Amino acid sequence: MRGKDTGWVEARLDRLRGRALPVSHNARTISALAANPGCPRRALLDASGTDKQKIAAHTGFPAPFGQSPFAIARGNAFEAMVKDNSADLLLALLREHIGLPIPSAHYHDLNDVGGRETVQVRHFRTRQLLSAADPATHTMFDHPLLRLKVGGRHAYLEPDLLALHHDGRFYVVEVKSFAVIDGQADPAKVAAAAIQSAVYVHALRDLLQDEDRVHHETILVAPKDFSNRPVATSIDVRKQLAVLRRQLDRIASIEDVLSGYPADLTFDLAPDGQGRPGRPPGELRKAIQTVGANYAPECLATCELCFLCREEAAAETGALGKDVREDLGGIEYVARALDLARGAVPPPEQAEAAVQLMRAAVLRERVTGEAV
Amino acid sequence: MTMLTALARAKAAAAGRAQPVKMVRHVHLAERPLVLVIAQLAGEACAPLAAIAGDDRDKPRLLVVYEPRNRTQRFQFAADLAEIVLGAIDGYAPDPGPADQVKPEPCPDAPQILVPNLPTVTFLRHLGRSTRFRRVTGEYAVPEAVPALGHWLSYYAERTEVPRSALMLPMTAALADHWVTGQSATEDANLGALLGWIDLPPGMTGRDAARAAEDPVRCPPAGPATDPAFDKDVLAPGLEAVRAAAASGDGLRLARAHTAMDDALRAQLEPTWALMWRAADLLRAVPAADHVERRWTDDRRSFTSQVEWLRGGGGPQPRRDSAVAAARRLARLERDQQRYAAERAYDDPLVMAEYRMTGEAFGGTVIAVDPERVVNPTGKRLLLRPEITVETDEPVLFAPGDVLRSPARPKQKAKITDVKARAGRTLVTVELEGAMGRKLTPEPGSVPALDEEVTYTSLTIELQGQPPRFPAAADTPWTHGGPPPAYVPAGEDAPEGQEHGLALDQFTPEAYLPSDADADEDWS
Repeated sequence: MRGKDTGWVEARLDRLRGRALPVSHNARTISALAANPGCPRRALLDASGTDKQKIAAHTGFPAPFGQSPFAIARGNAFEAMVKDNSADLLLALLREHIGLPIPSAHYHDLNDVGGRETVQVRHFRTRQLLSAADPATHTMFDHPLLRLKVGGRHAYLEPDLLALHHDGRFYVVEVKSFAVIDGQADPAKVAAAAIQSAVYVHALRDLLQDEDRVHHETILVAPKDFSNRPVATSIDVRKQLAVLRRQLDRIASIEDVLSGYPADLTFDLAPDGQGRPGRPPGELRKAIQTVGANYAPECLATCELCFLCREEAAAETGALGKDVREDLGGIEYVARALDLARGAVPPPEQAEAAVQLMRAAVLRERVTGEAV
Repeated sequence: MTMLTALARAKAAAAGRAQPVKMVRHVHLAERPLVLVIAQLAGEACAPLAAIAGDDRDKPRLLVVYEPRNRTQRFQFAADLAEIVLGAIDGYAPDPGPADQVKPEPCPDAPQILVPNLPTVTFLRHLGRSTRFRRVTGEYAVPEAVPALGHWLSYYAERTEVPRSALMLPMTAALADHWVTGQSATEDANLGALLGWIDLPPGMTGRDAARAAEDPVRCPPAGPATDPAFDKDVLAPGLEAVRAAAASGDGLRLARAHTAMDDALRAQLEPTWALMWRAADLLRAVPAADHVERRWTDDRRSFTSQVEWLRGGGGPQPRRDSAVAAARRLARLERDQQRYAAERAYDDPLVMAEYRMTGEAFGGTVIAVDPERVVNPTGKRLLLRPEITVETDEPVLFAPGDVLRSPARPKQKAKITDVKARAGRTLVTVELEGAMGRKLTPEPGSVPALDEEVTYTSLTIELQGQPPRFPAAADTPWTHGGPPPAYVPAGEDAPEGQEHGLALDQFTPEAYLPSDADADEDWS
């Protein structure tokens, strides 16, 4: 399949997205993909760069996400603070943590300068600088712009910082504003930071075309306790990298996914002159439902379309949790599980589960006096 | 989760209402619990924004921090909260009186704190951690009650890890333990949605009610995180108005800005306040399990020892347990967990049913009884050993020689003497020992009667074996870091970092602050 004309895929993805500008991937969306690899709906929407937020809102299931302006402000303030004065504070921290050389502390600001540069130019600058980087003279690279091909499309990624060790290896440094209190931080936030860092490691390895030059340990810089003092912690992201690689390979085969759906399928919102969506929501929903989803409660934290998918999955045992489905012997539908529990004759492949379900139903009835 | 609970969940999803998974209530519920609902400022490690608190549902007390990033105001909030929390605690800890008087032991009751959810427990743990090391004198002095509040919040938050404790209850966890809904555990973490399934509003299904409760406009979050849209549209302008009014020096304007903040935050917290009392009512309506009282006695005992520790001038809890203390704590929690699981099964046939599913218990009917059977194994003394045979259609994984117990007669041992199959059923014969009186004829009712429904299980509620022994702190082996350094409180209370040999005084928060000190100040 790989040998097929890639123009075909591009055209199909463009058609899916419709008139809207593509939403580009970032480290967060790429890592979210890894959370639910088996979801064709998410794979197609993301590969085509469709704006899931808008789609969700237009079908009447707006995404439950939002970020508080206070959280954003705090994040920015903390990063600005650790990077103030050519990142003195960070350098001191990294010296201690990974032994960055003391005499030659160089700092390269690769930030966007007033929005004047295109991403391509910024990426080119990053490429040039990183490829030629000499550990003796280059130490830190602030906001480089990396690039990664995801589902046939370039995603630009911006790590907070890259540090170059004198042994020639790069470290990905991620600055986060959640507190590390007595050596412990919110596990969910650490996990999110780890997968995000893994995306950067992967992209940087891709850019340098050299696995060994990027360390699989990334560095998380976060405030210590209740103060503003930054503290550095190493995170081994090898596991996340493996998941990510597998996932990206899967996305690469997006044409296989595409070929299962009608060629005229589109998620176009048919915007009017003011950009307001003009497509009947019911019709859009139908188009979305053409592509199956793999809903699990975990989606509620990662996917903009979660409320819509949850509504569709209401009859499935998986919507109650993966563990619930397993405990119900893998029976897929709630009504079916209940039927079996009440004595319906099972097909051979459900016979074992049915015996257990009936036993459970009998026990529950014996104790509560109420039939299941 | 097991198949029985999973089946109940499936039924809840199909029926559109929560299903009970417990026959009795397994947690203590105080007559007058202290209810605490907290809102915190997003993005900060531990910046309280507002609280609604109290032990009288008609008189909630609202606390608001008008500038949550200001250190003084944060500690003022802690002092105000201390007034409520310590006020409640003092009411339960009787005056020690003259030293020669016999003290009631333990305290006759202890204050119970109800919070909406686990993140609130985490917030209170952090608030406790950030306040218990504060000094009440010197350069960074805080109001006197603050470190004491820190001690108690740390204690209560830590008690939530003890399985048998009900001193602080996150309501979502307590409710989800007794009912299952037709949604996932993730969604059950929303107090409003969970209650929607359990206590249906008229004319709505549980699913409808839960969906409605997920709308932050109709049902503001139960904290400590606030709704981002509220932050953007209400809180940010509100804080800005307070700041501008304070800068203008216009007292009336400032008072108005404060009132506006009070109103906005009350509107965010009051719905949860109402949900909390509704949740408490629902739980209270379920009859208490037998062991609840005994577990609460353990809570009272633990509470009393904290009171005495503080009265004896004891210092704050360390930032981290020493190696020995951590090992001891873990061992205690493990034993506690086992005992808790067994107690619940003994108290509640629906919990026991889970063990019947897995073959760790079976239920059946007594089909034969020999109540006055005696044996004489040594030839010296006759021993009363009645024998009964139980017929069951449940799978029996036990073998002759296994010793079982029945929740109906927990002190009586039942040793299996025979297991045989008959027409698709199993006949289990057990020999009974103990709890039948001292004569050679059993006390009435002490031996199961013919046709009685009985349950036998390998679970025991008594602690098995000796607790593991640990070395004294001074004998901590080098593999575990050696003896921990002695704890030396500096004066009234120890500053942070003291136990690690760091002098906090050498660290001034200002040195690390950005120029806008007010925007990003240090808690420490």
